[in-house]
Amino acid sequence: MHELSIAMSLVERASEEAERRGGCRVEAVYLRLGPLSGVVEDALRFSWDLATEGTPAAGARLEIERVPLVVRCPRCAAERELPSVQLFRCPACGGPVDEVVSGRELELRALEISDPITHREEGSVAGEDRRGP
Amino acid sequence: MPARIVEVREGVLKKNDLLARELRARFGAAGVAVVNLVSSPGSGKTALLERTLSALSGRFRAGALVGDLATDNDARRLAATGAPVRQITTGTVCHLDAEMVGRALDGWDLAGLDLLFLENVGNLVCPSSYDLGESLRAVLFSVTEGEDKPLKYPTIYNSADLAVLTKVDLAEAVGFDRAAAREAVDRVRPGLEILETSARTGEGIDAWLDRLTGLLAGGRDEERPAAGRASA
Repeated sequence: MHELSIAMSLVERASEEAERRGGCRVEAVYLRLGPLSGVVEDALRFSWDLATEGTPAAGARLEIERVPLVVRCPRCAAERELPSVQLFRCPACGGPVDEVVSGRELELRALEISDPITHREEGSVAGEDRRGP
Repeated sequence: MPARIVEVREGVLKKNDLLARELRARFGAAGVAVVNLVSSPGSGKTALLERTLSALSGRFRAGALVGDLATDNDARRLAATGAPVRQITTGTVCHLDAEMVGRALDGWDLAGLDLLFLENVGNLVCPSSYDLGESLRAVLFSVTEGEDKPLKYPTIYNSADLAVLTKVDLAEAVGFDRAAAREAVDRVRPGLEILETSARTGEGIDAWLDRLTGLLAGGRDEERPAAGRASA
């Protein structure tokens, strides 16, 4: 499945970046996604758990910002949001448009990373009393 | 320790985009024009390429990389034209990416080629996101696929530089409405050039060859990807 491989690339990059920044776990991944990115949000979400399993991003939230499809209309000399990828016509003047200003995004915008928290043992457990760093 | 937010602001396919940029530079330096052919399975990519390689033989030096999940049938068929051809078997991957193309070109003297064709895996969805460093991306669809094909796959048409209608010799037999097909292309990608071809009868092949050889006469911009290719 295509979205699974995208999800895996996302997880790989997130894990790499988290490690580089001295963090350990990825709590959330912020993605900007446009309708011309070739990636469907639902399919990506569906693949997410599988892609994050066993990685530093296991359990991470996938926060998706939907980027609108915006084109530049040369006749109106203005940017217009298109309601559909199937009709590249200016919603104001009806003429054809082909200059895409936004909508192709498949961007890892940000990560929420944290360090592991060590817990104090509860109850009567024989042995060590662990403390955090 | 509380969670902290770090900005990354990077394309998810950045790795592929970077490799594609390197490929593009490499192709440019070697003076080879590269054409990425995308379509559904069965649209006639291999047949068109077979006809093309035969027609170019003796006039221009052309080669091909063929991507399929399995078998090297297409590569062998194309190699029979005498052109240098290599097969990329992707296993389960549904598209070619820049890394696969780079690896497949290992040991290949690109300076010895004028044109390199990349026959992508038959798939109208996934290939749209993967820049392969090509000079031209041609999306093929056949008269047996329905006039509204472009409306069903707007993303790939949006990323293409040229649409090629194939198997036009069958148009009448299947009642294909060419005007409706052109209109559908125009709705998702106004101004996209459309060529009508039949690999079997030869219809439209000269115009297709002209378009290809036109790439060699400096008819392409090597500095940036063709329209539709994003680098987020």
